[in-house]
Amino acid sequence: MSAKVQVQTTINNEPVQFLCEPRQSLLECLRDIVGLTGTKEGCGDGNCGSCTVKLGDRIVTSCLVLGVEAAGESITTVEGLAHGSTLHPLQKAFLDHAALQCGICTPGFLIAADALLQKHPHPTEEQTRFWLSNNLCRCTGYDKIIRAVQAAAIEINGAAQ
Amino acid sequence: MSTTYNVIGTRPIRHDGADKVTGRALYGADLQLARMIHGAILRSPHAHARILRIDTSKAEALPGVFAVVTAADFPPAPADKIVDFGEGDTLLSSLRGNILASGKVLYSGHAVAAVAAVNAHVAAEAAALIEVDYEPLPCVLTAPEAMAPGAPILHDDLPNGNVAELIRYEMGDLAAGFAEATVIVERELDTATVHQGYIEPQNATAFWSSDGRIHIWCSTQGSFVARDASAAVLDVPVSQVKVTPMEIGGGFGGKINVYLEPVAALLSKKVGRPVKLVMSRRDVFTGTGPTPGSRVRVKIGVNDAGKITAAQAWLAYEAGAYPGAMVGPGAMTVFACYEIENVLIEGFDVVVNKPSTSAYRAPGAPNSALATETVLDEIAEKLGLDPLDLRLRNAAKEGTRRADGPRYKRIGCIEVLEAMKASPHYNAPLPGPNCGRGVAIGFWFNAGLPSSATLSVNADGTVNLIEGSTDIGGSRTSLSMQAAEVLGLRAEDIHPTIVDTDSVGYTGVTGGSRTTFSTGLAVHDAAQMVVEQMKARAARLWAVDEVAFSNGTFSGNGQSLTFAELAAQLGATGGPVSCSATVNPKGVGGSIAGLIIDVQVDPETGKTDVLRATSVQDAGKAIHPAYVEGQMQGGTAQGIGWALNEEYFMDAAGDMRNGSYLDYRMPTALDLPMIETIIVEVPNPGHPFGVRGVGEANIVPPLAAVANALYRATGKRLNRVPMNPATILGL
Amino acid sequence: MKAFDYAAPASLPEAVGLLASQPSARLLAGGTDLLVQLRSGRKDADVVIDVKKIPELNETTFSPTDGLTIGAAVPCYRLTDDASIQSHYPALAEVASWIGGTQIQGRASLGGNLCNSAPSADSIPLLIALSASAVIAGPSGRRAVPVEEFCTAPGRNQLAPGELLVSIHIPAPAPFSGAAYLRFIPRNEMDIAVVGAGASVTLANGVISAARIALSSVAPTPLFVPAAGEALLNQMPTAAALEAAAKIAQEAASPISDMRGTAAYRRHLCAVMARRALELAVARAQEIK
Repeated sequence: MSAKVQVQTTINNEPVQFLCEPRQSLLECLRDIVGLTGTKEGCGDGNCGSCTVKLGDRIVTSCLVLGVEAAGESITTVEGLAHGSTLHPLQKAFLDHAALQCGICTPGFLIAADALLQKHPHPTEEQTRFWLSNNLCRCTGYDKIIRAVQAAAIEINGAAQ
Repeated sequence: MSTTYNVIGTRPIRHDGADKVTGRALYGADLQLARMIHGAILRSPHAHARILRIDTSKAEALPGVFAVVTAADFPPAPADKIVDFGEGDTLLSSLRGNILASGKVLYSGHAVAAVAAVNAHVAAEAAALIEVDYEPLPCVLTAPEAMAPGAPILHDDLPNGNVAELIRYEMGDLAAGFAEATVIVERELDTATVHQGYIEPQNATAFWSSDGRIHIWCSTQGSFVARDASAAVLDVPVSQVKVTPMEIGGGFGGKINVYLEPVAALLSKKVGRPVKLVMSRRDVFTGTGPTPGSRVRVKIGVNDAGKITAAQAWLAYEAGAYPGAMVGPGAMTVFACYEIENVLIEGFDVVVNKPSTSAYRAPGAPNSALATETVLDEIAEKLGLDPLDLRLRNAAKEGTRRADGPRYKRIGCIEVLEAMKASPHYNAPLPGPNCGRGVAIGFWFNAGLPSSATLSVNADGTVNLIEGSTDIGGSRTSLSMQAAEVLGLRAEDIHPTIVDTDSVGYTGVTGGSRTTFSTGLAVHDAAQMVVEQMKARAARLWAVDEVAFSNGTFSGNGQSLTFAELAAQLGATGGPVSCSATVNPKGVGGSIAGLIIDVQVDPETGKTDVLRATSVQDAGKAIHPAYVEGQMQGGTAQGIGWALNEEYFMDAAGDMRNGSYLDYRMPTALDLPMIETIIVEVPNPGHPFGVRGVGEANIVPPLAAVANALYRATGKRLNRVPMNPATILGL
Repeated sequence: MKAFDYAAPASLPEAVGLLASQPSARLLAGGTDLLVQLRSGRKDADVVIDVKKIPELNETTFSPTDGLTIGAAVPCYRLTDDASIQSHYPALAEVASWIGGTQIQGRASLGGNLCNSAPSADSIPLLIALSASAVIAGPSGRRAVPVEEFCTAPGRNQLAPGELLVSIHIPAPAPFSGAAYLRFIPRNEMDIAVVGAGASVTLANGVISAARIALSSVAPTPLFVPAAGEALLNQMPTAAALEAAAKIAQEAASPISDMRGTAAYRRHLCAVMARRALELAVARAQEIK
């Protein structure tokens, strides 16, 4: 076992310090050390997107980031999407459109979709599918997820011109 | 017939929704307990080998390691003991043998030993330090090879080599039937082993208390089955085991069997601390139960009028390492959509050196429907008939007898076919060159099995629902809606909770498309009992003999109270009202599903794009239509993946070479179009609201529908699934 | 995964010094290959050296005369979003959006793709077609290697002990030139190329004056086929000429069968993908600049 390292980060707008081994992924650190278990692990090699978090200004699969790499960075997880007890429009749209069944992929989809809507306020279906292709869902066939993201885009950014 | 409902047929927000979109919902891997330690499993690199020696000393000596277990740590048990789980029997030796190998390993990925350590990294390092000496044996990977003379034999105690079971259904006079036929088509089609692909890996945490009680927290489709299986493997009474079902991240049939639960318990017994085991994705692919690969031969004869005169099927399904290939349901469903007088069906359950298979959404049915539905497509073409018309001329209806015995009550086959024929999709032109449209239909029985529920009335007029069906896709809400309908309340007035096996009556698995039907019936019955007790309270309050209840209002002798108003007075009329029901229903109704699919094939690369898909299914009565649509869309997506790209790619030594999401190639969002849905409602007479299960039938048509569409696009009839780009080009 | 130490040097000399003193060190840029390999036990390390804090490895520069220099650790999404790359090297912006998916592109770098040296690497055939070179620093200073010479075997390359990749340099695009990379995958994203083809074409008065073709997933290393490009010299970019060049590329390939495709299928795809990449490169060269 290597010496543990102290890591200073900002998670969901709050300063957080944690102690980890260098080999521990950011995902492990978030879940097992910080206690934020909303971010899920589905594959451990970056292919399912369940562990998606926002790191700095970009979404990543947190299973492929070391916890020590997060030093000085700001991180957003699914626990940071809602404003207090008010759901984020994407969260609400996922519920309104029945865009989740088992729910295990949902946190990853929400974080990825949030980043999509910041980059493309009114994404086309094709843009949405392309952006979300790093997130696997095995329950829904994606149909209702795509519809939920499109509905949230209108809710957040108004109707497309 | 049409009944007006207040709640059923609406689309309320799911009760667990807020938890699941905010990350608060607790899945198995999220569990943290005081003093909890972590495990890892050592798996066989060989597909077939004798275990000569296991030396765990180096692993045990690694700092941070608490315990190591192997099959030798299981309590002794007679070799021929049979365990009954209500849904089917299993030999205890098979159940145990798959959990930790003893004597021989039977597939690459077979669990051999397990370690508990301070964290998962140390546990994995320790597992790698366990020394196992193997004597490799020749392996056999497909059913036809395993049935051939001279094949390597997996189990010495099976009477027919590698054939564990032979199934035969016969009806009428086959030879006479074929003699009447003017067109006869026979085809043989293979399917590859595929995995359910649920995103959440298997996990289990166990604590073996010093008082002998074992508490297990896990991701399971059935907490009582997990309890009973774990108790059998550990040779303790079922009452000594309590299973708390955590939220479950997908199952599709693959989370009925136990893999980790008894191992975590054994480790915990040695250590006296809670032990958590979580599978890696590769473990999930190689160490859990995929669904069988198969070879199916179907021969169908049709007369000039387009009536099927005879049908014959031969099915060989790969069980994997232990018997139980789902060939039974494959054989029962192969011609289940049609009324045919002369039938012969033979099925073979064949063990091979691949992971022991388990259920996957209508298990066994897609494999056999692939053959039937492509043969019918070919016959329709030869007769110059629309493929849906050929099916309509032969569609099963009320009174039709299936070759395995039962006669149908109301069944929606004709209604589904007519809905397909009338759909906008079926009547739209194809968009361009190299395109093809395919159709197919499929049948799934649906299951009954026991379920329990308890309803307790709160003083504020809401009702708590206690149940034991793990919720994979919204069943908390589809059950609450049935309670609300009976009680005249809104769905959100019901507060559902899924509890552990000590806290509710026996409840079977969330599987077999049974939860909304069976547990729904338990909830319905409990709700009716609540109504009766509430009526009695009102009668006491008003000193009348007769109280009526309608639309949430009790009335009698000119007085009336809403449900909430009466609930507030329960304290004064005899105390709280709480009712439980346990059912074991027999009135299950089968479901028919159909798919229309358009594909486009790149003639240079063989790449298939799915352009449009419409799933049609008889739901009996759709309790929550959005969830019914979701089942149809999900089953269609899985079926498309199965048809086009997914497979266990095994090398000659039986090692899975694509045991990652990267190379297993499940569909991404970019690989599918929107999936249109048409819900058909032919009420099931065996359920008060007419419910038929909707979880499974939808995966039955896609393999054949895609094959038929590819034929129209390319002129080729392929004989193997997946119909991937190289296969389409014959390269 | 086995335990390791972590270091994040802030300068190139510091990184070179660390690397020279730590024989079992591994370099970490995006980590999308390395962490998977460490976790599966295919590689191990005593020290992981994070190179993302080294300024030179984390910047891109473009000038119309000197061309483009991409720091070895620059993540793909910055290339896709870079306006000068979009306008001068559209094929590069495209390939950066195809490596992995959105999240992977938040971390994965072209430098990592090159140093991982997989035969299937998506960026390498295009870099070869674009005449890119790899800029390497080590204990004995700097050197530049043409990308087509960088990979030596699956997972192996020219980097000597103590050396690291600093950047990838791509010359300024010639007038009337175009490039393309196309790959065949069974899904539409998140897949490894069964066959990939990179091509560049320069036109002079409508005649091909330079062309380069390279393939992925059909040989132990990404495969540069000079003869395929040479066959196009002084030719009009006709369908027949492109087809003939693609056939030459196809003949140079020596694919194997594995879970991603059979040798016969890959061989077939070589000609298809090379021709399609050439067609797209020509179309881009013909666009009025």
